[in-house]
Amino acid sequence: MRVSRLPQLTLRTIALTYLTVLLLIPVGLILYRTFEHGIGAFWDSATTPASLHAIQVTLTIVAIVVPLNVIFGVFTALALVRGRFRGRGIVQAIVDLPFAVSPVIVGASLVLLWGVHGWFGGLAEHGIKIIFSLPGMVLATIFVTLPFVVREVEPVLHEIGNEQEQAASTLGASAWQTFWRITLPSIRWGLAYGVVLTVARALGEFGAVSIVSTGVSGDSETLTLLVANRFDASFNPFGSYAAATVLMGLALVALLLMTLFERKGRRA
Amino acid sequence: MTAISAIDVNKHYGDFAALDNVSIEIPDGSLTALLGPSGSGKSTLLRVISGLEVPDTGRVLIAGEDVTALTPQKRGIGFVFQHYAAFKHMTVRDNVAFGLKIRKRPKAEISARVDELLEIVGLAGFQRRYPSQLSGGQRQRMALARALAVEPKVLLLDEPFGALDAKVREDLRTWLRRLHDEVHVTTVLVTHDQEEAMDVADRIAVLNAGRIEQIGSPRELYEEPANDFVMSFLGPVATLGGKLVRPHDLVVSLRQIEDAVPVTVERVVHLGFEVRISLRDADGEELSAQTTRGEAARLDLSEGQQVFVRPGHPAFDADVAAPAA
Repeated sequence: MRVSRLPQLTLRTIALTYLTVLLLIPVGLILYRTFEHGIGAFWDSATTPASLHAIQVTLTIVAIVVPLNVIFGVFTALALVRGRFRGRGIVQAIVDLPFAVSPVIVGASLVLLWGVHGWFGGLAEHGIKIIFSLPGMVLATIFVTLPFVVREVEPVLHEIGNEQEQAASTLGASAWQTFWRITLPSIRWGLAYGVVLTVARALGEFGAVSIVSTGVSGDSETLTLLVANRFDASFNPFGSYAAATVLMGLALVALLLMTLFERKGRRA
Repeated sequence: MTAISAIDVNKHYGDFAALDNVSIEIPDGSLTALLGPSGSGKSTLLRVISGLEVPDTGRVLIAGEDVTALTPQKRGIGFVFQHYAAFKHMTVRDNVAFGLKIRKRPKAEISARVDELLEIVGLAGFQRRYPSQLSGGQRQRMALARALAVEPKVLLLDEPFGALDAKVREDLRTWLRRLHDEVHVTTVLVTHDQEEAMDVADRIAVLNAGRIEQIGSPRELYEEPANDFVMSFLGPVATLGGKLVRPHDLVVSLRQIEDAVPVTVERVVHLGFEVRISLRDADGEELSAQTTRGEAARLDLSEGQQVFVRPGHPAFDADVAAPAA
């Protein structure tokens, strides 16, 4: 479509204004507040024991959740696209459940299931603590991030079809060899995008995780929870901005790593 | 010797019988075409031979070995798909080398073999390209090289030229015929194009509604079709007195001759060397006769004229073509 000069300029202005007001100004303000008193003040606030602990908890959760979601997501997508089994529709619906259910409800349901009075509450008596501890937060994060890899890989699998896989099998490849040499390389862009979304959501998840966390700084607290905690409970808005900037930094690093990985993959 | 045998193969999809008790033997070194309309079961038969499809009942033998229970992986076949099935994330070299790498051949051997095959299929110098940088015809030749690389016992081609332009298709089938004469690997080709089948294959199996109607050389099938289906599938036909006749086997005469049927000339179309005469019989049924330019000039037909036709051959009936005295 060809757009003449004036409407084109108007469209651009509207789009830019929209992005600026809704995205750039809020993020810019946080950055401004963070570095208002210099790098030193930011550094001090970002490296308190509570902050370092929160970074560690957050990265641990990401490190556990991402591989699990990749494995589960790829195999579920394969089953949904290639499989012809009973209950496919039900699996489809279950995969979308985390999109439909409010994260707070996810957290509450985990407490019901794993809490002291829950079905699996007995575990706590044996010294295995799920709720108000890291395992509970991992479970909550897995729940809310579950659809991303499946839903990003599924359309790619549809698009590539199964002829390449059939060709590989006629050339003597086993199912496993076909998966590693044909299927996985073919879906890598979808998978990479699913991972980016999973990481972003795992870093930023608040509702589900906040219910299963103790909410005590330095205990089971993620970076996102620390941002909120410092903001309203501890009357420490500056600390909150600093933690938010660290959080954005982590997300940016994840995005950059993924882009680099993609570039390398494309060249190979 | 028999390279491939399919014995009493049945394959149903729900109520639909894709293959209805089909048996076929494919001789060693032959190039056999499975010819039929869509839904006739020709592709299903090929996929059953390859192991990509599992038959409900029946057996498949390749080089005398019962492979019915084997996966495609273990059948020693080469398969070429209509839409190439190129490995998009690999270069031409890696595509062709795939089967050899799976078989863990030494690198030097793989490299030499890939270069040799690309030379044969006319893609030398394309080693580093990706499939997306090739034309359809080039992709299909790459797919053929990839299938041939593993030295298959049989080569199975599923409508290999179906996705290509008419011109490329014609070039490639001439090329395939020549390749087969060089490589001599038993080849089975699925097609719905009778011209393609007659051009390339030394044997044709005509399939219809999940059954094999006839197997034979192109000439046998054309000249001695087993039934009306085979006859009408292998070329144009005209109906005369309730029987099927080839348009070029109709004798047009200006006077009443023995066994001839009176017809009216509707239209005379000059198609270069041949001339097509559209006719209509007393019942209003249309039929067309095909004759040569010289013959048409001698008859000098005009639209609406009453003539007589009967099965036969003008060359052997020179007298009947002469104008009535």
